[in-house]
Amino acid sequence: MAEAPKQEFWRWTESNWKNPDLDWKDARHITVGIDVGSVSSQAVIMADGKILAYSNLRTGSDSANSARKALKYARDATDMPEDRLDYCIGTGYGRVNVPFADRAITEIACHARGAIFIYGPGVGTVLDVGGQDIKAIQCDEKGKVSNFLMNDKCAAGTGRGMEVFADLLGVPIDEVGDRSFEYLGEEPSAVSSTCVVYAKSEATGLRRQGWSKEAVLAAYCKAMAERIYSLVERLGVNPELAVTGGMAKNRGVMERLMSMIGIERMKTDWDTQIAGAVGAALFGYALCQKGKGRKK
Amino acid sequence: MQAAGISRDDIARIYGTGSGENAVSIVAATVNDIRAMAKGGHYYYPKARTVVDVGAEEGRAAKLDAKGNPVDFAINEKCAAGAGAFIEAMAWALEVSIEEMGALSLEANNKIPMNAQCVVFAESEVVGLIHSKTSKADISKAIHDSMASRIASMIRRIGVNADVVMIGGVACNPGFVAAMKRELKIDNIYIPDDPEYGAAVGAAVAAAEEG
Repeated sequence: MAEAPKQEFWRWTESNWKNPDLDWKDARHITVGIDVGSVSSQAVIMADGKILAYSNLRTGSDSANSARKALKYARDATDMPEDRLDYCIGTGYGRVNVPFADRAITEIACHARGAIFIYGPGVGTVLDVGGQDIKAIQCDEKGKVSNFLMNDKCAAGTGRGMEVFADLLGVPIDEVGDRSFEYLGEEPSAVSSTCVVYAKSEATGLRRQGWSKEAVLAAYCKAMAERIYSLVERLGVNPELAVTGGMAKNRGVMERLMSMIGIERMKTDWDTQIAGAVGAALFGYALCQKGKGRKK
Repeated sequence: MQAAGISRDDIARIYGTGSGENAVSIVAATVNDIRAMAKGGHYYYPKARTVVDVGAEEGRAAKLDAKGNPVDFAINEKCAAGAGAFIEAMAWALEVSIEEMGALSLEANNKIPMNAQCVVFAESEVVGLIHSKTSKADISKAIHDSMASRIASMIRRIGVNADVVMIGGVACNPGFVAAMKRELKIDNIYIPDDPEYGAAVGAAVAAAEEG
């Protein structure tokens, strides 16, 4: 009998989406933003500055290929031919490896602009907690960046760190947030907030002492929140706060973080992982409007 | 005691050191980690004025006076990338044993960069390098170089004195020792036969001195 494949607890759901109220045939400018992150990649297709379709999938070992797959997956949701695309901007860690991009723009600028789009006006600070980095960005109402801080050296507090933990404890990553609140007693003394490797060995020790998975998750979510808080605290928060990236979906970390900061975060119905790609597509749209699009 | 052919009554004092020092019920007193490594390094190599101790989860360096007393030290206990855990995780990603990886690194032909510092990110980077058909020897060398550059920058915080002795389990790895020599630009680093006993030897020396 074949052995069942090992369950991959870190694996989150890849998705694509098409706006039912928009038709690409009516649009003047179709622009694309591709955010190739170290862990996940997104493609956002915009019709005259409105989201027509998007995709969100895991980055493979080859950035160029991941960019192609993301665009195809987003376009699959529509019936639009590929040559209809007017302008494409790449962003994120792998932005220079997007073979079909007309231009690359840093993810700091794209996240600020994209966050304002998906959260609406009023954003003063954007906190992007991605797969391999944490960025805190202060911006004005147009998304112009005034200051930012970034940690891209260390997995503590990042999505990748959370994936490692989900796998270690055997808890599907989408359930981590809820399960961390199921433990109501006093949490075990905090696991390391500075190093995922130390946190792993501490968590293994706690499990051996008989602590439940939920209790260890509570301690780890708190440690992650502390790590993110230390970056946010250094920059300072201008209300209001918009959180982007995959970690925004983890309420175990987010609710603990917000109680440390002492404010509520803004709310959105959009997928928080697409912010960077949205910003990139918007930059492309602005260029097309100014007549600075692709020369045909 | 069995190996030495002695009994408990022959032992005058037992000192403990290390992160589990307080969990050892038989100890009369504890010696702090820095003092233990300094005494251990000095015992093996009295000329040494710099002792480096790289263990599984911590890295330390101490500057010594002529009697083996520590006069300055630096320590990394915040990040596993500056400790043996880094090498262990990379060997796992490379699917070789730590012993094999140390030997492989000495056969490398090319110098390739490692961008990631964090253990977690470096694991992905190593997997990426394997996919791009980089030789395991070159990857092994890059792993040891990147670790050595972090340990060296820790040593530089207290200043490098030419006579260096290295203890701790990671000193058993010839690939890492070679990388440290390149990084510190020195020809010789003294490694005792059983470097992992370095701190325990130091605790014993301290127990003898204080008797």
